[in-house]
Order: sequence, then structure tokens, then C-alpha cells
Amino acid sequence: MCTMIVENIKVEGSGKVNNEWISLDQANVSYDHPFNAPFEHALNIDFVNATLGPSSRVAVELSASAARDLVRTILEVLDQAEAGGHLSKE
Amino acid sequence: MYTTDQYEGVHAETVTLTGANGDTINAYMAQPLGEGKFPAIVLAHHMPGWDAWYRETSFKFALHGYIAISPNLFFRAGHGTPEDIAAKVRAEGGVSDDQVVGDLAGAMKVVRALNNCNGKVGVFGTCSGGRHAYLAACRAPGFDALVDCWGGNVVMKPEQLSPKTPVAPLDYTKDLSCPILGLFGNDDSSPSPEQVNIHEAELKKYQKNYEFHRYAGAGHGFFYYHRPMYRQEQAVDGWQKVFAFLEKYLA
Repeated sequence: MCTMIVENIKVEGSGKVNNEWISLDQANVSYDHPFNAPFEHALNIDFVNATLGPSSRVAVELSASAARDLVRTILEVLDQAEAGGHLSKE
Repeated sequence: MYTTDQYEGVHAETVTLTGANGDTINAYMAQPLGEGKFPAIVLAHHMPGWDAWYRETSFKFALHGYIAISPNLFFRAGHGTPEDIAAKVRAEGGVSDDQVVGDLAGAMKVVRALNNCNGKVGVFGTCSGGRHAYLAACRAPGFDALVDCWGGNVVMKPEQLSPKTPVAPLDYTKDLSCPILGLFGNDDSSPSPEQVNIHEAELKKYQKNYEFHRYAGAGHGFFYYHRPMYRQEQAVDGWQKVFAFLEKYLA
């Protein structure tokens, strides 16, 4: 069944849709049925720009373990950037 | 039963109808061609959207002699691929129960008014569509049969209720106005076997006409031949039960 577990966060950045870059203003993170990944449920992230319509969506559907690995890796990379003086501490 | 010497035809197209709040929405309708009055079925699509599976399933019902109509319950979210629209609706926390019930009732009125309809109309849904079909059969008078395929969140905890889903469908059970067929996989987590037990107990409590089948070796969505949860043996048996049930109450 659809879990309806979803969180929306504001983001800044760009994403590529149909070979064109768009600015992104929101990420929708859910744990629910994926459309394509071969799992009953997946960690889905839709990066969107609400002003550009529903087709302006950069989508990923990950297994739960892959999603956890991704989160850890993102934080590790940011820590390295911080340690290297490339990023001010937040 | 189809034989190779008989004429067969289906007319399928996108139509519009009046749904909840008087809104115009679109729908996919598939009708058998040829002589006769046909029973009708309203299809409540699942959370992954008004997608190809629902158009194909509408066509399947028409091949079996039913006027099938599948309203686009996500119409108000705009237009794009079914996946993109469903993703938008998912991000918004789904659509409201009141709106869905109004849209399904609107679809029922459309098919019942057709000259080739025998006056009997069922409602069918899978996943969230099973839940929505249950709500419609309880809250919109006029349905003659209900097929609930693994509809989750029929049984809801108070903390799961929201402005869009303010009442657990289970709490409308006393108002269920037609026979119900329920198909469930024992490996499903929503509805879990325990939740199916609670649902069944409520139907018994109000002396409703119900028929539940629970499948070992199947989880959620075991009819979905495009997904890894497909279970061939259980799906074949399940479809046989669907058509036997509808033949009994809608023919």
C-alpha cells in the first residue's frame, strides 16, 4: 500500500531534465511505491521547480540501503570539503 | 465465454464527466460493442496514477462485457505523464477522500445513464484505489458491487487521519450498500493480515455481504504484471474470482 510518507524541503541548485538544465526550488522525499525501481517501496527523491510544471522533475528511486549509503556519503564529502577549507562551517 | 466465431469489439476513448464540486475531469471509458445491455464498472486508479495499467484494465473489463470507466482522480493536479502527475500528487500528500468519492460517484452516474447499460454499476480499485472504492461504496449511494484489491489504510490509527483523510474507511462500514469482494496477499504490510482481520470483523458486525480471499505467497499488488510483486498463479485465480463475483451481482 502507498505509505504516504513524504517530506518536502526547499532547495537551491540545478537539475537536468531532457538534456536541459533547470533551476530547482524543492525536493520531495518519499518512501513509497517507485514507478520504475524493482522494489515494492523505495526512497524516492523528486527534485522539482514548481513554477515550471509537473514535467520539470529530476527523479531518483533508491533502495533503502542505497539511500542510507548516499546520505552518509554526502555528509562525508561535505565534511572533507569543510576540512579542506572549501566550505565554511554552518 | 468467448468463442472464435463470435463478433467482438470494444470502443475505448477519453471522455469528460462532472466530478466532485461540479468540476469537469477526464476519464477513460471502454465499452463493448454489439447488441445488448451491459453492466458497468467504475475503476478507482491507484496512487501510482491514472496509468497504462488502468487503461489496460478498463479494456480488459470491456472485453469481458462490462462498460468500464476510469476517472482521472488526479485531474486537478495538471497534465503531463501519469508518473509526473502522480509524483506531484504524492508530494502534496494525495487527494482528498471527499473529492475522490465525488469523482467516482460522477463516473457512476455517467455509465448508468448510457442506453447500453443494464443499470447495474460496480466499483473496483487496487491499492489506494481499493480504499477509495470502499469509501465510494459506503458514501455514494448507488453502487451494486465492490471489488477491493488490497486496499490499505481502510483501518487507520487516529494519528494517520488528516484533513484530506479525516475518517478511517472502516468507520463507514455500517453504510456499505453493496456486496464486497476483497482480495489480499498474506505478505502485504498494508493491509496486513491483522488489518484484514479487523476489516472482516467489522463487516461481520454489520452483517454485510462479503467475500474475502487471502493469498499465500503474495504481497501487495500481485496483479501488476509490470512490477516484481506480480504473482502469476494468485493473479489468475484472483481475476477469476473478480469476474465470478461481478457476474453474480451485476449481470
